Amino acid sequence: MPKAGTRDGYANGLLKLGSDSRVVVLDAGVSDSTRTQKFGEKYPERFFNMGISEQDMVGTAAGLAKCGKIAFATSFAPFLMGRTQDHQLVSVCYSEANVKLVGTHNGLAVGEDGPTAQSPNDIAMARAMPTMIVICPVDAVEAEKATIFLAEKHKGPAYLRLGRPDVETLYDDSYNFELGKASFLKNGKDGAIIACGVMVYESLKAAEKLGQEGIGVSVINMSSIKPIDREAIRKAAGTGAIVTAEDHNIYGGLGSAVAEVIAEEGLDVEFKIIGIKDRFAESDTQEVLFRKYGLDAEAIAAAVKKAVGH
Amino acid sequence: MGARLEELREKARQLRISSLMLAHQAGSGHPGGSLSAADILAVLFYHHMKYDAKRPDWPDRDRFILSKGHCTPLLYSVLSDAGFFPKEELATYRRLGRLTGHPNPKLPGVEIATGSLGQGLSVGHGMALAGKLDKKDYRVYVLLGDGELQEGSVWEAAMSASHYKSDNLTAIVDNNRVAQDNMTAQLKGIEPVDKKFEAFGWHAIRINGHDIPSIIDALEEAAETKGKPTVIVADTIKGKGVSFMENQPKWHGKAPNDEQLKQAVGELQNA
Repeated sequence: MPKAGTRDGYANGLLKLGSDSRVVVLDAGVSDSTRTQKFGEKYPERFFNMGISEQDMVGTAAGLAKCGKIAFATSFAPFLMGRTQDHQLVSVCYSEANVKLVGTHNGLAVGEDGPTAQSPNDIAMARAMPTMIVICPVDAVEAEKATIFLAEKHKGPAYLRLGRPDVETLYDDSYNFELGKASFLKNGKDGAIIACGVMVYESLKAAEKLGQEGIGVSVINMSSIKPIDREAIRKAAGTGAIVTAEDHNIYGGLGSAVAEVIAEEGLDVEFKIIGIKDRFAESDTQEVLFRKYGLDAEAIAAAVKKAVGH
Repeated sequence: MGARLEELREKARQLRISSLMLAHQAGSGHPGGSLSAADILAVLFYHHMKYDAKRPDWPDRDRFILSKGHCTPLLYSVLSDAGFFPKEELATYRRLGRLTGHPNPKLPGVEIATGSLGQGLSVGHGMALAGKLDKKDYRVYVLLGDGELQEGSVWEAAMSASHYKSDNLTAIVDNNRVAQDNMTAQLKGIEPVDKKFEAFGWHAIRINGHDIPSIIDALEEAAETKGKPTVIVADTIKGKGVSFMENQPKWHGKAPNDEQLKQAVGELQNA
């Protein structure tokens, strides 16, 4: 399958939604990078580039939504999520505005732009926002399907977390995105890796490596982070070992969400979180950063081995 | 028109009295900024705006946003009097139910939640853009406080509205010159407000915000102004109409006690 970015899948989803006159797209002056430019070229009257003013963009999206529009407000994840928290809380979530926040270029995978662009905390912020759902698609197909899902089947606030890198396409067009439903990309009996976004690929590599060493692990794409798939976590716990993997701080993200379920349900399972270890990274390629900051397949495999007691 | 003006002045007087009674009854709330904006809201709700309180979701209605969201004593007084919800419900102000301390989006007549300053103008502009998209002729009114203009997001919205030539959007600044901590000019000066908005591409009108005919004229001028949004800088007095509240920062967010209420209502009735 050809490689593509999740942001490209988002753009495709928007184009497919374009015939619905309720759909409006906003951007904060980075539409070439977020790919909303494609929607803007085809539907200029329903595309609002608000310039470099994320707070105003989110508020404007809320106003449009309160007049019946389905508003996609888009920017780079750190600026969209960090800068506009209060506007999300008051103008969007409490006000029950049908606004979808779409943050691209998440995590260390953004690479060379460095720590101010790496959004180590966007999942945590979005999860803590009352009524907001959180989705982190793995590939362009899932991103496209999730975009369409958000417009057609979910009335209310959402955060869609998208990446910069082009990634392998895992799903084909028959894939059906379901909120709160994880997918098992690989099944194993010795342990399970629960991952989201770009970390799913590192997890698949880790699973392959572990398989060569005789350790069979499941790889679960937990693209729906909130609500989370509790049944999938119970099933994963049945293997006796769970490792979560996310390109995000170890606090407040996917690992925390899975830990909450394990603790609440009293699941008897060994558990490790792979993520950014509460620190700031630096600039380099994704590959170099993932290796140095412990997000690569090697780090995941080592955590699995510890968890399964090897 | 003379009788109409008298009627609007009487409405403003009743809104002031009701605002004070609500804050008194709740034991908390924001009387100062409610009294300063009473004349503006009287003209908007009893004279200028197009709405149907029995159909708060009517798509063609004019929209009003109280961006200075703390002034719910005034907002809830006018909404209940206009028929958006029963007056009896005012007894629950700041108690369990819909009449939260800052505007509750579930309450009919409240278009959006506010209470964190600096958000209403962007939301109002979004509604104005939707009106243009849908080819509707409704107008959007956003009431801001002068202290609120210290929020940077207000100026992001100001830039957007002129960029998009959103002439169906009117901002009204309740320029009472007093914020919670101090006089606004001491806290962080915002003047010249009208010139700032003009520099941001807006049509600006400066009026005495307690003069009913001036408020009417300014709103009509705003509606007639094409190609750019209009700001009405309404110079007002915080705590207007109550001698011991006027121009006093301490009456920003404090409820009157029994004795103070009696005196205040007496002054308003005899004014």
